[in-house]
Amino acid sequence: MKKILNLFLFILICYWGWKFVGWALVRAVWQPDPQACRAASGACWGFIVEKHRLIAFGTYPYEEHWRPALSSVLLVALWILTAVVRRWWLIPAWILGLISIGVLMWGGVFGLPYVENERWGGLILTLLLTTFGLAFAFPLSILLALGRRSTLPLVRALCVAYIELIRGVPLISVLFMASVMLPLFLPAGVSVDKLLRAQIALILFAAAYLAEAVRGGLQAIPGHQYEAADALGLNYFQSTSWIILPQALRIAVPPLVNTCIGFFKDTSLVLIIGLFDLLSTIKVSLSDPAWTGFGVEAYLFAAAAYFIFCYSMSLYSRRLEVSAGRFGR
Amino acid sequence: MAVQALAAALVIAAAAYLLFNTLANLEARRIASGFAFLWHEAGFEIGESAFAYGAADSYFRALLVGLANTFKVAVLGIVAATVLGTAIGLFRLSGNRLLAGLSSCYVELLRNVPLLVQLFFWYALITEGLPAPREALSPLPGVFLTNRGLFFPTFGGVPELQGFNFAGGGALSPEFAALLIGLSLYTAAFIAEIVRAGVLAVRRDQWHAAQALGLERRDVLRYVVAPQAMRIIVPPLTSQYLNLTKNSSLAVAIGYPDLVSIANTTINQTGQAIEGVTIIMAVYLTISLAISALMNRYNARLR
Repeated sequence: MKKILNLFLFILICYWGWKFVGWALVRAVWQPDPQACRAASGACWGFIVEKHRLIAFGTYPYEEHWRPALSSVLLVALWILTAVVRRWWLIPAWILGLISIGVLMWGGVFGLPYVENERWGGLILTLLLTTFGLAFAFPLSILLALGRRSTLPLVRALCVAYIELIRGVPLISVLFMASVMLPLFLPAGVSVDKLLRAQIALILFAAAYLAEAVRGGLQAIPGHQYEAADALGLNYFQSTSWIILPQALRIAVPPLVNTCIGFFKDTSLVLIIGLFDLLSTIKVSLSDPAWTGFGVEAYLFAAAAYFIFCYSMSLYSRRLEVSAGRFGR
Repeated sequence: MAVQALAAALVIAAAAYLLFNTLANLEARRIASGFAFLWHEAGFEIGESAFAYGAADSYFRALLVGLANTFKVAVLGIVAATVLGTAIGLFRLSGNRLLAGLSSCYVELLRNVPLLVQLFFWYALITEGLPAPREALSPLPGVFLTNRGLFFPTFGGVPELQGFNFAGGGALSPEFAALLIGLSLYTAAFIAEIVRAGVLAVRRDQWHAAQALGLERRDVLRYVVAPQAMRIIVPPLTSQYLNLTKNSSLAVAIGYPDLVSIANTTINQTGQAIEGVTIIMAVYLTISLAISALMNRYNARLR
């Protein structure tokens, strides 16, 4: 019975696999030629070849594409470095790296032409939204998590209300709030550009989810750690920052990384409020009348691009979980 | 006490500042606040509706149509994702290496690609990959897959080609089909992991004891493991149901008229941004709290 099932499954996989390979490789067209693509019965990767610049860099000036390319490489390198080594010099490295990325992207100095951030797009925008989103949301989430476990009823109520409100509504509504309501909240004459508005929404959203991961870590700290800290005569601030948080954050690393993966995927929603992130540039490429009708190829490419980032992060998170299990708490 | 007073003062001051600015801005832009616009004529058509609706109806009725559409896709999606997710989760644990391997591939692939990309993909596959109604694919008699939607027979009738499209029987629009497929397959990957973790959390000796009693593998799973695993599975499962419902708001990106999509149109037409966003948030918060409350009761009964 089991053998028959396996044989059946095996044949099915081979059949579908063969059909997919035939479509995606054997009969595929790699030249950027829409006529050849429409004539062929296979996939049209020529579309990606033709549009790769637009997909990777959005509407950034064509001659300056090396700047977002270099910034993307720099940012990914910083992330990998942070994942592999844990040394004090990471902090100055990040500060230096982010300043260089700012200089590269905006320009206006060292003979680089100025590029306003309305024209940023593609991969670098996805990476920047993720990086700055996490960088600002993380400290906020620690405050929220501590607030939620505070003994002061008012502080606790405020933090619970914030976390549950944000977690109870879809991200898209937070993005709508930022894009249409934020201008109303600010005094007349003060305007915030679209990119910053989306970034604020993403930070507010990520903070609530990260806070729950941090809270999980705080809850895992045994009570005697608090008592021991009290017995040493440490006050709340001292015991929290020297005793409790270092242990809690270490425990919370795997769920934090998982939240980060989710957040990276969620940044694709900025497409709906009109920012040109990686997914958005792919969608825009499809609106070229010469190239309509290759959505399947385009979104398979998008899926592959996101998969590479997310899967490597989830492999990393799994390794962390294994090593956390080995060394115990 | 001082900390609390300070926190309260800060929050009140921030809220007052924002409120003051908002009122000033609204006055400057001559936008009347309040929900009176709900009873004005909406003036736009909606592609699919559970009940009678026309462009002459009010915004309120349009939003109700959107809410009904959200419920429709969420309920069907939850059922499909639960069935599929449970099956895949159990496959991963089965002794069959091929089946287990396939299931883990499924979970890794689906979990690591943004839902929005998947929705666009399914929508492109239906509207570009499927043939026109005249050359419809018919995998089963009476079932037709076309780029205009999926048609299937119901008790009321059988779909038949009339002019350029099918009529009669049941039909799923491309937007609805893409959203339902995308949401179900994506959430199923997360549910599979929950089911797997739940079954693995049941202690090994429970399996051994049940086997020693002479139960078959299927009966062990059904009478011994499942009831214990359910206690572990239900809380995270609830949050997946909530996620699915919240994720159904991505419908706006592929043009399915769910609540968010209708509210978005309403905001664009009336300029009532605060009211529109408030409606969206209030509805989802109500759904979230209701599902949480329901699941907490179920959980309490299990213990």
